[in-house]
Amino acid sequence: MATFVDRYPEEAKVVQATLVVSFISLGIGAFFGLIQALHRTNVLRVIDSVDYYTVLTGHGVLLALWFTIFFLVGLFTWAIVKGFDRPVPDIRLTWAWVGLMTTGAVLATTAILAGFVPEIPMSADVLYTFYAPLQAHPVFYIGTAMFIVGTWIAGADWFLAYRGWRQDNPDERIPLQAFMVLTTMIMWFVSTLGVAVSVVVFLIPWSLGIIDTVNPLLTRTLFWYFGHPVVYFWLMPAYLLWYTVLPKLAGGRLFSDPLARVVFVLFVLLSTPVGIHHQYLDPGIAEGFKFIAMTNTMFLLLPSLLTAFTVVASVEHGARQRGGEGYLRWLGALPWRDPAFAGMALAGLMFAAGGFSGMINAGMNINYLVHNTLWVPGHFHMTVGTAVALTMMAGTYWLLPQLTGKPVYSRPIGLLQVITWFVGMVFMSNAMHRGGLLGIPRRTAEPQYQNFDFVAAVGSIGEIRMQIALGGVLLFVSVVIFLFNVAATWADDRVDTPVDDTIPEPLSSSSGAPLVLDNLALWTGIAVVLVILAYTLPLAGIISDAGLFGGSRGFSVAFSLEWLVDATVAAVTNVSLDSLAGVAPVDAVVDSLQEVSR
Amino acid sequence: MEIHRYEKIWLAGALLLIVGFIATVSYGAVGAGIEMINDEGGQVDSTALDEHPKFSEPGTYKTGPNEYDVYVIAKQFLYEPGTSEPIRVPANSRVTFHVTSADVIHGYEIVGTNANTMAVPGQVSTMTVEFNEPRKYGLLCNEYCGSAHHAMEGSIQVVPQSEWNETMVVN
Repeated sequence: MATFVDRYPEEAKVVQATLVVSFISLGIGAFFGLIQALHRTNVLRVIDSVDYYTVLTGHGVLLALWFTIFFLVGLFTWAIVKGFDRPVPDIRLTWAWVGLMTTGAVLATTAILAGFVPEIPMSADVLYTFYAPLQAHPVFYIGTAMFIVGTWIAGADWFLAYRGWRQDNPDERIPLQAFMVLTTMIMWFVSTLGVAVSVVVFLIPWSLGIIDTVNPLLTRTLFWYFGHPVVYFWLMPAYLLWYTVLPKLAGGRLFSDPLARVVFVLFVLLSTPVGIHHQYLDPGIAEGFKFIAMTNTMFLLLPSLLTAFTVVASVEHGARQRGGEGYLRWLGALPWRDPAFAGMALAGLMFAAGGFSGMINAGMNINYLVHNTLWVPGHFHMTVGTAVALTMMAGTYWLLPQLTGKPVYSRPIGLLQVITWFVGMVFMSNAMHRGGLLGIPRRTAEPQYQNFDFVAAVGSIGEIRMQIALGGVLLFVSVVIFLFNVAATWADDRVDTPVDDTIPEPLSSSSGAPLVLDNLALWTGIAVVLVILAYTLPLAGIISDAGLFGGSRGFSVAFSLEWLVDATVAAVTNVSLDSLAGVAPVDAVVDSLQEVSR
Repeated sequence: MEIHRYEKIWLAGALLLIVGFIATVSYGAVGAGIEMINDEGGQVDSTALDEHPKFSEPGTYKTGPNEYDVYVIAKQFLYEPGTSEPIRVPANSRVTFHVTSADVIHGYEIVGTNANTMAVPGQVSTMTVEFNEPRKYGLLCNEYCGSAHHAMEGSIQVVPQSEWNETMVVN
């Protein structure tokens, strides 16, 4: 039985290439995560706290941007080719965007990693949010811009494929997987405009010295204009797998094709006009705009709640096809030994928990308690870190055989891997949520302060730290096992039928879906109008308050010698006032330090 | 489009949940009076804070009976005041913090409370809180601001009213 690689060998090579980049990023990013988990819990410190932020920037960029998005473009290429059942319009165009994205990613990563080597005058310790006026090396911004332009060309490639298919099939419904790709890309085109303007118009000229200053609130708002939709960009590949693959793995079929389309249309409409919910605590933005963003955010729960229903119903249908019975006993009839199924199901389960902590983040006033605390990474390690990452890893166990013609090296090892991830994340994320409620901040190398102690109502701070460290170790072990299993699969020999790759028709087929759902131009138009409504006034206010180019010159992230000297002088001076007044050596030290600072 | 009965029930429940969330947040804002950080603080020139009438001498200013303004500058990697000496306010007072940054974006979090704001250069965040009991609060920066971010902290000393005197007004 011919699988994807037999029918579309050129496209399979493209997808394999993007997966290679994705998994290399996963390996490095996960290693950085291990260093962080052990460092900030004080279990094992192999780096200086000053280098912690280089590691953190690498962790965020390599996992949240490269790992997820390189996987996405591979999966979407597969889905478009399989969905339309025709090759890409021009394979050279496809390789062009793979090359551009990879070059951009390598450049930006180089700028980040150079931060470890003081001799190289290049660093980008600005974290993946790169808030100005912290300034990175221009290569970081240029690489990021190239990467984003690469994703745009990828989207154009898939829309060209759609145009070709539509000419030959004027009356057909868009195949469901292709529909999911196209709607996701509409959302991406609308939302990346913000970060593109921020990087190309402001940050690149500013880092090159062409313009002197930026408006920090403007670039921050433009970042979050993109920064929330990007989480749905991560999530949509997982949804594509949950809707179209998970039901099949469970032994059944999708419950409703029309409802799946409704869900993706809702994401097109609502993903972007919500970014200000990341800025509930920002000055310079009126409360009314924050309230509008919150209302939109709450309605964005709807497609995810609908997804919970459809996916669980589909899986239950599968279980009953396999002989499952009773209200809950059908759960036992599911193929739990299949790593692809078990991984996706566990990912979905954790997404439910992550969804609830997300609802709390979205609440405008309760957010004040958790904003920028450890609660927030606790939340997104459940969502992007498990719902997305674990689904991608589990999906690989089903997808890779189709792309290579080789069966998965070891399914039991795969099962061990997905379970290790789930258990590790249960430890780490619950402890992070609890730590956040106590006020422990995120993005900090050393959470031990001089002026105060964090007080735990239940358990202890030490126990929370141990859970984070243990969870971090388990997660890293899981990634190592995954990479081993994938590499061993690649090294294996081809067989005739590496995997059952058929996807059965949904119970309620697309014929029942209103035609208007496939009107992509209409949804794009409404999405743009909603964005204009949500953003025109806040952006106009921010620009009229502080100017288009603001007044902030760039600041280095580097540990400034001047600051070190000032702090030491202050400390020494305080000591000398109390007990050492007039002792000559102390004054001499102060003098020499002040000399250094000049 | 055919929608299954269970789907309709689920959809209604989901919408009810969403409307319920928006209603409780609205009640928190209007009924319980939890104010958001907004645009009322206005703007300031982050490069000329020493020419500002208040930020040139940051600290506590009395504005009325039991009412105080506290001006705080956040900068890499300290609060002025707050780090080298605590911010001082009297107990049983209503205090409005005015927080800005002299360089990059910082956070200003009173540890273990929901008094929490961003400090953005060029913008002034204002938030009003009530201090009842005399005690010490920790203060930390919760937005990454550079390589010594983890050292950026401070404290707020809520002084018993009997010990409060005018010399404590401007730190």
